[in-house]
Amino acid sequence: MTAILLFIVIAVVGSYWWLWRHRITEKPWATVGVTVDHEDSSRFLPPGKIGLLFFLAVVTSLFALFVSAYFIRMGLADWIPQKEPGLLWFNTFMLVLGSVAIQWASYSADHNDPKTTRYALLATGLFTGAFIVGQLWAWQGLVDQGLYMYSNPSLAFFYLFTGVHGLHIIGGLWVWCRTTLHAWSGAQMFEIRLSVELCKTYWHYLLLIWIGIFGLLLST
Amino acid sequence: MAYVALADQGQKLSHPHSFFTKYIYSQDHKVIAIQYGLVAISVGLVALVLSGIMRLQLGFPDTFSFINPDQYLQFVTLHGMIMVIYLLTALFLGGFGNYLIPLMVGARDMVFPYMNMLSFWVYLVSVIILMTSFFVPGGPTGAGWTLYPPQAIMQGTPGVDWGIVLMLVSLAVFIIAFTMGGLNYVTTVLQARTNGMTLMRMPLSVWGIFTATVLGLLAFPALLVSAIMMLLDRLLGTSFFMPAIVSMGEQTSYDGGSPILFQHLFWFFGHPEVYIVALPAFGIVSDLLSTHARKNIFGYRMMVWAIVAIGGLSFIVWAHHMYVSGMNPYFGFFFATTTLIIAVPTAIKVYNWVLTLWRGNIHFTVPMMFAIAFIFTFTHGGLTGIFLGNVVVDLPLSDTYFVIAHFHMVMGVSPILVVFGAIYHWFPKMTGKMFNNRLGYIHFWGTFLGTYAIYLPMHYLGFLGVPRRYFAYEGIEFIPESAQTLNAGITVAALFVAAMQIIFLINIVWSLFKGKPSGGNPWNATSLEWQTPETPPVHGNWGPKLPQVYRWAYDYSVPGASRDFIPQDQPPDGPGDGDGPDIEPKDEDVTMSAS
Repeated sequence: MTAILLFIVIAVVGSYWWLWRHRITEKPWATVGVTVDHEDSSRFLPPGKIGLLFFLAVVTSLFALFVSAYFIRMGLADWIPQKEPGLLWFNTFMLVLGSVAIQWASYSADHNDPKTTRYALLATGLFTGAFIVGQLWAWQGLVDQGLYMYSNPSLAFFYLFTGVHGLHIIGGLWVWCRTTLHAWSGAQMFEIRLSVELCKTYWHYLLLIWIGIFGLLLST
Repeated sequence: MAYVALADQGQKLSHPHSFFTKYIYSQDHKVIAIQYGLVAISVGLVALVLSGIMRLQLGFPDTFSFINPDQYLQFVTLHGMIMVIYLLTALFLGGFGNYLIPLMVGARDMVFPYMNMLSFWVYLVSVIILMTSFFVPGGPTGAGWTLYPPQAIMQGTPGVDWGIVLMLVSLAVFIIAFTMGGLNYVTTVLQARTNGMTLMRMPLSVWGIFTATVLGLLAFPALLVSAIMMLLDRLLGTSFFMPAIVSMGEQTSYDGGSPILFQHLFWFFGHPEVYIVALPAFGIVSDLLSTHARKNIFGYRMMVWAIVAIGGLSFIVWAHHMYVSGMNPYFGFFFATTTLIIAVPTAIKVYNWVLTLWRGNIHFTVPMMFAIAFIFTFTHGGLTGIFLGNVVVDLPLSDTYFVIAHFHMVMGVSPILVVFGAIYHWFPKMTGKMFNNRLGYIHFWGTFLGTYAIYLPMHYLGFLGVPRRYFAYEGIEFIPESAQTLNAGITVAALFVAAMQIIFLINIVWSLFKGKPSGGNPWNATSLEWQTPETPPVHGNWGPKLPQVYRWAYDYSVPGASRDFIPQDQPPDGPGDGDGPDIEPKDEDVTMSAS
């Protein structure tokens, strides 16, 4: 349970630090009158950003738990290390390109360039879609070799990790789809800027998680 | 300015026009709260009936032909799971969280109203999936609420074909619903507080619900992970949790999995879950005690710190549920120590509740009776928790009725008493009507004394070594005859308590139609939800202008004040203010709130 405990310690210490910064030591009975949280800059952020931040914490908790389970299961007697399909390198490259494209889209949206934003969003979808197709292809390759989820525990985790990560990507694609349709139907940049930025954060984070998982699978 | 706009998100509110969008497919947090509450209480009544059937069997074995051993296990399982997840979690966070957060922090609604509505409907789907399991071949799962593998998915356990699958799917769907709601509660508390509502001016109810939600967001994934992996073991034949095992004389295809891994994941969720239920109860009971004792809560800062300390510690005590799993003794020592440490902030809270009552002007209203009763039952359940937190005491008591008695006192009876107290307390705000006092007192005494009559004797049964989850105890030598007499007595008490809840339901329905008008603030309370321009609050909560908060939520009986309470939105030196140290608004602040 090391992975999840590590995450929980970071989350708890981070929360305590944040609370400390936000005057959790204040004596509220002694301060009657108007007060304004001048130093509380986080309250000026759009709620979407805070919502996404907490959602990413949930996602991290989920993957940290899967990784913890992986380590515990790996320590048991019947573990057989499995070689990962080479196609994953190509898929990783696609996901990196997806991340670059969404960064580009966000940059263009910030600089009021609707045309580039639209094409960059389209490119994001294409590269990310290619990643999903590639992952399914990798699954097909294993199935063709007769390697199923029940064949051995490391394969079970391989399907599990890639499946759960893929589902998160597909969830992101749903939001991307709405944003892109909005952008192509002539929305002003200020209307979609926040959506693109939230997509950007999510894409980068899921790329980070994928690199973590892929690295873990390669090294074990 | 920016956050005023956030709290005052009038432009974002959907304005319903038809009955359907106003009361059913609604994005208003108050309607969603009541929807959550009604579904949770309905499904809770199912669980109550299940426990009644279990008690009939235990009290009077060989009497009722409609209960067989398989059904008994199914009822045990569903009773536990429904009560913990689908009633308490959903009611405290989905129900009270939804109703109270925006009203108490001075917002017009949750920050993501559409997602909030979706959260309720997905929750309803999870309840329907769970209830469906009563009607499928083989019935619901009988694996016990902890769903331990390997037995949960092995032939011989009731509901192995359909029941367990529906249970796991329902849990996964519930977690999705909770996450959507939880992101809303957390973000609303952080982003949509009205002007002047600093963190340390929030009522403790909000602190409890907020911290519990953060715990839920981080802990529910552990249940999701265990549910997904067990589903794969059951449906696709993987061996995450399933060891090599012989079933019905035949070797199964499972090999090498670890049932202990499931226990770690389950309890990594399961222990924070205790506090997901307890922290909102802690918060709400603090507000009830303070309001009805007409006295500020004793040690507000300590109460807040204790809530967040308990929240953090709750993640490192989980293995005290697993002392009998054969763990390393040093491991047990570690978890026993952390368990005892978490008793410290919890004890601080109990002392502070008692000290809040000390020399208060106590009004023995119905909500107050439930709040005071909570101090008794919670202290009782907490003390037996210290017994069970120690490895050497836990080992002989594990899986006996002592454990049943402990956790029912601490996270069954105690939170439910707070739920009742809270419903009586906020019913006037939700409906604009007062409940019937006489029925309220009858309900209180029947429930309070009745639950003691159920659970106090169970401790003794536990000391005798009577094991839990058994259908019948005939022929077990070490259990004396008298234990059966005690069991019969417990059953009578349980049926009595169940009948008392009918009085509660009658009171609610009767008061809804015939109750006296309550006015906007019948308890003379200080917190913002009692200061709404209309009762019950209308869509948007606050009329044209959001409230400005000038003080904390506990200005009761302030020396020199003309009334014994000063609402949070009353300016300093306004009518009835005391002689507390005032801070003059600075020019820039006034500009800020005015804009």
